[in-house]
Amino acid sequence: MADSSHDAHEDKPVLPEPENGDVWGMMGMFDTPADLYHACEELRDAGYKGLDAMTPFPVHGLEKALGLSPTRLPFFVLAGGATGLTGGVLLTWYCNWDYPLNIAGKVPFSWQVYIPIYFELTVLFSALTCFFVTWGLCKLPTFFHPTMRHKSFPRSTDDGFFVTIDATDPKYDADDTRRLLEKLGAKEVQEVHS
Amino acid sequence: MSAEKHPPKGDGLLPRDLAASWTKIGYGLGVVGVIAFLAGMFGADQARFGAAYLVGFMFTTTIALGALFFVVIQHLARAGWSVGPRRIMEWLSQGLVASAVLFVPLVILAPKVWHHWMGEHAKHDSILIKKTAYLNDTFFYIRAIVFLLTWALLAIWFYKTSREQDTSGDRTLSEKLQMAAAPSVAALGLTTTFAGFDWVMSLDPHWYSTIFGVYIFAGCLLSSHAMLSLIIVRFRRDNIGGSLLTVEHQHDVGKYLFAWVIFWAYIGFAQFMLIFYANIPEETVWFRHRWEHGWYVVSLMLFLGHFVAPFLMLISRTAKRDPKLLALSAALLLFVHWVDLYWLVMPNFDEHFHFQWVDIAGLLAPVGVTAAWLAKRVLADPAYPLKDPYIPEAIKAENL
Repeated sequence: MADSSHDAHEDKPVLPEPENGDVWGMMGMFDTPADLYHACEELRDAGYKGLDAMTPFPVHGLEKALGLSPTRLPFFVLAGGATGLTGGVLLTWYCNWDYPLNIAGKVPFSWQVYIPIYFELTVLFSALTCFFVTWGLCKLPTFFHPTMRHKSFPRSTDDGFFVTIDATDPKYDADDTRRLLEKLGAKEVQEVHS
Repeated sequence: MSAEKHPPKGDGLLPRDLAASWTKIGYGLGVVGVIAFLAGMFGADQARFGAAYLVGFMFTTTIALGALFFVVIQHLARAGWSVGPRRIMEWLSQGLVASAVLFVPLVILAPKVWHHWMGEHAKHDSILIKKTAYLNDTFFYIRAIVFLLTWALLAIWFYKTSREQDTSGDRTLSEKLQMAAAPSVAALGLTTTFAGFDWVMSLDPHWYSTIFGVYIFAGCLLSSHAMLSLIIVRFRRDNIGGSLLTVEHQHDVGKYLFAWVIFWAYIGFAQFMLIFYANIPEETVWFRHRWEHGWYVVSLMLFLGHFVAPFLMLISRTAKRDPKLLALSAALLLFVHWVDLYWLVMPNFDEHFHFQWVDIAGLLAPVGVTAAWLAKRVLADPAYPLKDPYIPEAIKAENL
């Protein structure tokens, strides 16, 4: 990536700071995934809870360094799949009960032949649940986020590795947090407003 | 990214007490196996013992064959993560050498086991007359020799070459194995399919199913991964293999095990569904035998124990990473794999479901001999590859 493009977004802030916005949190930038990873581990060990990171590509194991709890997504998907399976059984049973047809001499409600339908409905409901709940858990679509106010934030899709600390974190303190981030080697530490 | 990982140090040998106790178990099973064989061969109905022995023979052979498949597939894909598990599978695949010997009693019992098409009356059966070009004694034994030799030689060669690398660390050995893997996987696929046709499907020679070989293949991979899971759990308790057999590798093997559970159910259902739906008497009769006179319970047990229960047990990430849950699922799968083979073979001999002591004898004989042979052959060797060029990649394995 040519250096001129970095200079271009460093020159102009993405969004102006609001006049009286609440403090949303503190952001810091690192140059390499390894620096970010170690900084996240230090912050986690220092007791910070409201941590998040933005990187241009997935950094393996970062969720452990951030101390994030495992996702709840599998339980939603399991519930979705179970709904699909139950729905499939009820659908085929109801059709055979309401309007029995003699097909290939099978007894009404020959469940064996409907297994592909049960399978497909289970997969369909699981997949759709997975898709929509992922959007929900990620709070998508989000058209504005306070992190966008950081003047180098576009670099998070190129070569910048960001860590953010939420202001709602009880340990959050504008001066202490800034000092800790700078000590860990963060560049362009900036407090952003919502 | 997290803590630095190092390849395990040392000569890779099993701890002395573990090797000693496993040797004792192996030889003990061997003695039990020989006694069981003699008791079954001379103290029971030979047709029944032949059938029970065939079930046991298929049990040990499918485990070893699935292990050989695993080894070959890892080389074919140049897989890096599986260096540690691969050695255990190389060990299990040595069972194919024992299988080549264990086939001899089946040759003696053959006229009683495959009596539907081997006997005199087959010459007057209009359906079997059309099949004699394939189903005749001479060609059957030639095929059996080809299958057993192919498997034994491949198992020996893949293991021998891997062991050479333990001392030389020569990278070209890996490349040689990778080159050989593609034709080997083709050879294994064909021999497994036709062995399934010859040894199990031909017990009911009027009946046929083109997917039958794949069904046997699914059982091979499922049972060998179940055995692998059990050994990995045991090794990890003593930290054998260190960074080559971490919880991440165990998790990967658990995912494989879960996948083969689904694969088995998929193939088994594919076979059932077409026959059920078409409803042609000459095809449905095979399932009818397994649906009447008490076999219904075994069929149902297979559906619940071979698919539903292990599916629910292994679906969660936690279960695959938990040694106890994984070992429990693997033990269940090994048991139902035997039930599965029993269900394939025995209804051809007994219209009513009767469990007999000789069925256990037929299982113990091949299992005992194979266990004793493995104890003698592999337990003094390193339990993980020492100088494989993929070790640096293997120790990095991680599940997101």
